[in-house]
Amino acid sequence: MNTAAKQPSGAPLPRVAGTPADDVLLQVSALSKRFGGIVATDALTLSVERGETQAVIGPNGAGKSTLIAQISGSLAPDRGAIVFDGVDVTHRSAHERAMRGLARSFQITSIFPSFSVVDNVALAVQAGIGSSLRFWRAVRSEATIGDAARKIVAQVGLADVADANAGALSHGEHRQLELGIALATQPKLLLLDEPMAGMGREESVRMVALIERLKDRFTILLVEHDMDAVFRLADRISVLVAGRIVATGSVDDVRANEEVRAAYLGDDEGAE
Amino acid sequence: MRPGAPLSVLYVVEQGLNGLQFGLMLFLLAAGLTLVFGIMDLINLAHGSLYMVGAYLAATLTQATGSFVLAVPLAIVATAAIGMVLETMLLRPLYKRDHMSQVLATFGVILIANEVTRAIWGVQPLSLNVPAAVSGSVELLPGLPYSAFRLFIIGVGLAVAAMLYVVVAHTRVGMLVRAGASNRAMATAMGTDIRRLFTLVFGCGAALCALAGALLGPLLAVQVGMGESILILAFVVVVIGGIGSIRGALVGALLVGTVDTFGRAFVPTALRAFLPPSFADAAGPPLAAISIYILMIAVLFWKPQGLFPARG
Amino acid sequence: MAWLRRAWPWIALALGVLLPPLAAALGQEFYISLASRIGVLALLATSLNLLVGLGGMVSLGHAAFYGTGAYAVAIAAVEWPGNGWLAGESALLAWPLAMVASALLALVVGAISMRTRGQYFIMITLAFAQMVYYVFVSLKRYGGDDGLSLPRRSHLPGLDLASDTTFYYVVLALLALALLLFTRVVASRFGRVLRAIKDNEARAESLGYPCTRYKLIAFVIAGAWAGLAGALMANQGSFVSPNLMHWEQSGTALVMVILGGIGDPWGGLAGAAVFMLIEEVLSAYTQRWPIGLGLVLLAVVFFAPRGIAGAFRKRE
Repeated sequence: MNTAAKQPSGAPLPRVAGTPADDVLLQVSALSKRFGGIVATDALTLSVERGETQAVIGPNGAGKSTLIAQISGSLAPDRGAIVFDGVDVTHRSAHERAMRGLARSFQITSIFPSFSVVDNVALAVQAGIGSSLRFWRAVRSEATIGDAARKIVAQVGLADVADANAGALSHGEHRQLELGIALATQPKLLLLDEPMAGMGREESVRMVALIERLKDRFTILLVEHDMDAVFRLADRISVLVAGRIVATGSVDDVRANEEVRAAYLGDDEGAE
Repeated sequence: MRPGAPLSVLYVVEQGLNGLQFGLMLFLLAAGLTLVFGIMDLINLAHGSLYMVGAYLAATLTQATGSFVLAVPLAIVATAAIGMVLETMLLRPLYKRDHMSQVLATFGVILIANEVTRAIWGVQPLSLNVPAAVSGSVELLPGLPYSAFRLFIIGVGLAVAAMLYVVVAHTRVGMLVRAGASNRAMATAMGTDIRRLFTLVFGCGAALCALAGALLGPLLAVQVGMGESILILAFVVVVIGGIGSIRGALVGALLVGTVDTFGRAFVPTALRAFLPPSFADAAGPPLAAISIYILMIAVLFWKPQGLFPARG
Repeated sequence: MAWLRRAWPWIALALGVLLPPLAAALGQEFYISLASRIGVLALLATSLNLLVGLGGMVSLGHAAFYGTGAYAVAIAAVEWPGNGWLAGESALLAWPLAMVASALLALVVGAISMRTRGQYFIMITLAFAQMVYYVFVSLKRYGGDDGLSLPRRSHLPGLDLASDTTFYYVVLALLALALLLFTRVVASRFGRVLRAIKDNEARAESLGYPCTRYKLIAFVIAGAWAGLAGALMANQGSFVSPNLMHWEQSGTALVMVILGGIGDPWGGLAGAAVFMLIEEVLSAYTQRWPIGLGLVLLAVVFFAPRGIAGAFRKRE
């Protein structure tokens, strides 16, 4: 495993919510959400340090999608707080969080199907450069946007389909585009919601390599089922079960944790 | 009732019955519309044209046969047939098209239907008389004579509502219809039988339109354009009730029928109670006319997908 | 010759300048006022196209802004008559007033309607338009159901709008301006964001675009231009009536947009022109012209799915 980019590993036991480290980029405190009688998020506490890649794993129904939705701002929590880069964003809208540098990729591909691949990314670039209340000048004439978009398109490996219609791409290419759009907003935190979803072996390997190249430039919070990817990419892993984080620690610590193995990894692929 | 006249309980009851009657007729129109909208995802602007055709056929057949009771079922069957032909030939290829194409196509159908109707029957409204048997009035309560025909309409409306409930809730066809309304993809995946189901649903909707047209004909005018004016109300009912839901169509229709009737009857008077007369007389009529739209906006605020949306 | 493919609609528009002398030469002056009416409706349809085509917001209440603009001009003319630049009959006062009035109404209607989507948005805009309609029907002071006549057309310094030819040129110029702005907006940052919102609003929101605000801005701009179209229509016939804001007028405008080509900059003009010309030309031959129009609409749905203007575009 690539140890050079890792942060010092945490303790094998759940991290105590108390004194936050100076370089905490995202602090989620006692977050709670229920839908009728179902508790989806149960006083959840999680912190992401600047520069690290943290993975959130957990069985189906653990509340991963609900957590992502609350962090990104598309769902409002009942209780608790979300502090991003020193600012309390708990009650801020999704677009405000995006403007502050919180970018999210979607588990179910969510792109702009009637635009070309490069224009999809250009839309994300445009959001970060000045106001879009411009009605006269043609966007295509703005080289800053177009160049930046093409660069990112190349970075995510879609250079040869850059001008193709985004709706016509294969599933794997869609996931790459998803990542590209998130990148283009020059985020401080990249929230990746199951980037490997629905991918075959070969595509997954490519995607993992792609994300690996991003690790030292971005702080990443990664939700994923694919254990190979998680063990390869994560500096720290948090285990989410029934709306709570039951363990946080380095890859080795979590793998060794008996409770976690029983609850989740037990009958899974496990270590090689 | 003159604005300023004292309110009487009997008057309220009378208006309540009117509202019930109007609401039940709106239900007949809205039921077919909501199913077509919910299951086939089709915006059918020509729905009102079927209502018009039903009214015209009922009027003509009543003239020809001398019997309302004989003419109406014939009109219903004929309109259902016309509706099914329309569905098979013209609307079926539209199911997979976008809503705007459907709007354009069905608008074209309205233009053609209206003009063909004018060509056949002329521009003068047709007369459709209240059948002699129910032309009198019934003393429901002491001091409250009520039109027997309107009671008849209420009776037919309730019977049809009950029948629809039984069909939708307790038959296999009804189950398919409900499944289709709540999950269209599932319904279309169920195979070619679904096309026949759609045609059947459309035919039933057309039949209900024709019944409403025949029953309302004696009360409103049978003329070209009658479809469009009631189509708006039908859409309001569908939206309030929730697209795809028969139960929603019934509740929505009764709400709209009652609010509209009560609005027209009481708003001008009510305004006079606390506004200067000239103000009240000016503001009364428009406020009454828009009462159902205010109702719709209020419902959508509380429940943005209508009262009983078929799709979760 | 690729430029010709893109430029020909502009050339055709420019040729519109030749219409009045041509019509006069053929003794068919009537076509000048018909062309004015087509121009006004094209302006209305183009403003709706901004909403529907670019923003994906189907409004069945657009005629409310059209009618409000028309009534603004009529009421100003009747309440403050006179020849001065600041009189109610002055186009320099009344026409911007019409746009402002419509824009304000659009702001209110839009702010409330933005909470809904899809079919519910259609119905809520319809509801508001009906409310506006009934309010104007009840305004006895301004004619109510019977409508209100203007003593004469608005007064533009240096131009005699009473002349049908001059009025036509003013309409043509404003239409050309609107079409130019539309093509610029489509290609602009704002246009791109609107199209993105139409494609996938949730994603656009997550990129940092305040979607509701942008949609509201588009709604207000569209409303303002519809108001200008209304102001021109009030002048065209020197008459306004609540029918201008009836839902059937909204429906006709929408049909013109779909007919012409949703989202195509020329869709509004193509739709309005074809719709009106069929009505005029056919009605000379037969009373049954609506059947012909209905058949044309059906033909376009099945054989020209991207509308008339869309059919002329090379497939990209």
